[in-house]
Amino acid sequence: MSERLVIDWVACDARGLCGELLPELLTTDDWGYPLSRSADPSPLVPPALREHATQAVRECPMLALRLSRQRSDEPG
Amino acid sequence: MRVNPLPAETQLSWPERGAHVETVTEPMRLLNATARTLVGHLTRVGPLPDVDPGRLRASVTQSGLVGRGGAGFPTGRKLVTVAAGGRSVVVANGAEGEPASAKDRFLLANAPHLVLDGIQVAARAAGSRRAFIYAPQDLLDDVIAPALRERRDRVQVRMVASPDAFLSGEESAVVSAVQGGPAIPVTTPPRVFERGVKGRPTLVQNVETLCHLALIARFGAEWFRSVGSPEEPGTRLVTLSGAVNRPGVYEAEGGQTLEHVLSLGGGVRGPVQAVLVGGYHGGWVPFERVDSTLRMTRRSLAPFEAAPGAGVVMALPRSVCGLQAGADIAGYLAGQGAGQCGPCLNGLPTLASTLRELAYGRPTPGLVAEVDRVAALVASRGACHHPDGTVRIVRSTLRTFGYEVSRHLQGHCSASEVTVERGPA
Repeated sequence: MSERLVIDWVACDARGLCGELLPELLTTDDWGYPLSRSADPSPLVPPALREHATQAVRECPMLALRLSRQRSDEPG
Repeated sequence: MRVNPLPAETQLSWPERGAHVETVTEPMRLLNATARTLVGHLTRVGPLPDVDPGRLRASVTQSGLVGRGGAGFPTGRKLVTVAAGGRSVVVANGAEGEPASAKDRFLLANAPHLVLDGIQVAARAAGSRRAFIYAPQDLLDDVIAPALRERRDRVQVRMVASPDAFLSGEESAVVSAVQGGPAIPVTTPPRVFERGVKGRPTLVQNVETLCHLALIARFGAEWFRSVGSPEEPGTRLVTLSGAVNRPGVYEAEGGQTLEHVLSLGGGVRGPVQAVLVGGYHGGWVPFERVDSTLRMTRRSLAPFEAAPGAGVVMALPRSVCGLQAGADIAGYLAGQGAGQCGPCLNGLPTLASTLRELAYGRPTPGLVAEVDRVAALVASRGACHHPDGTVRIVRSTLRTFGYEVSRHLQGHCSASEVTVERGPA
């Protein structure tokens, strides 16, 4: 059962906390917004990083992160 | 009057829109069912039969109808999902934010009762007791309100004005507007068919899709499928613009060739270099690829990353630089963002200005790589598909007009060389 880290782009305000907690998964783009290091904009969270990911979700000041078991991209 | 960013040659002129529908020799369905008054409408297509909701859903599924707003989602599947949720809401979407499309406006203005029938059919099939029609204010005032006053519908339809903006018809923006909020997209999931207006499952359907529903309820799935191809059953409205002899709204059989679709408007006018298919979020098809094998279907258009979408077909004349046309579209789209998501808010203007520099400024080879880099930063990083659609047309522009990029890097522009015509001395 794999989970993905999903960013709510409307809520995200480029505070940068998630990038500091999860440098393995995220870097920042030209404007300071979190940027997935993988090809998927909602990166897969490996079990070893689950705790850090949960912490990032909990501590994001804009509440802009969540962990999802759904695929990141559903058909329209 | 909406703003169209393209040069005059490619623009639609409003009075011409739909003016030539009578010349069409296709099996006309929607365009044959136009009538402003209820009496005229009933004379044309007869009364709406009282069909059992379950049978209606089965019939729509069997018809193979897919949404005509752009996304092309199977209507039957959407109906079944919304119906299963209970206490659902139907919204007719007539916002048509796409500047190169005029078909929804045409239907609302000329077949209001067909649209309103479609709302009743959708409400019956989805088990809805609430319905809305979301469309430009002038059409609500001039056509829809008088049409509603003529009718006695089971489900009351409330009118909500749609602003003239590219994203106003995006389905989550539609739901937001219907609830009294701004007409801008919201974060999904939940999708509106799960939780939409007031938290209820909401069926947002394009007005053309609803018109097809109104006819399927009367004549059945087999009738619907009796024209078109198995892949694209039925008919679809297309808006032809740009370098065609008779720009306007036409009805084409599903699965027809792009060449045939262009012929509905009398074919192309003068030398053409490419055809924009699917609108500003669509893709360019080089004109030399428009032949007897290229069809107006998802599969056939896939190599160009284009899709039939909402039926936009715009022929780009050789006299207009493709790179500049693409830059104009990108500039327009960058200005039409909702301003909510960081990558889109920051990235689209950067993307558009970089492409603009390539098209109009003093291009350097590094600009192409910069467009690619920023495009990758923007794609799939927003609440809606606006960044993705914008990246698609930008990439399509660079791919299709690659030769033009090379010309510009050498300080030339093919289009301006073609248009240099001197009068008699």
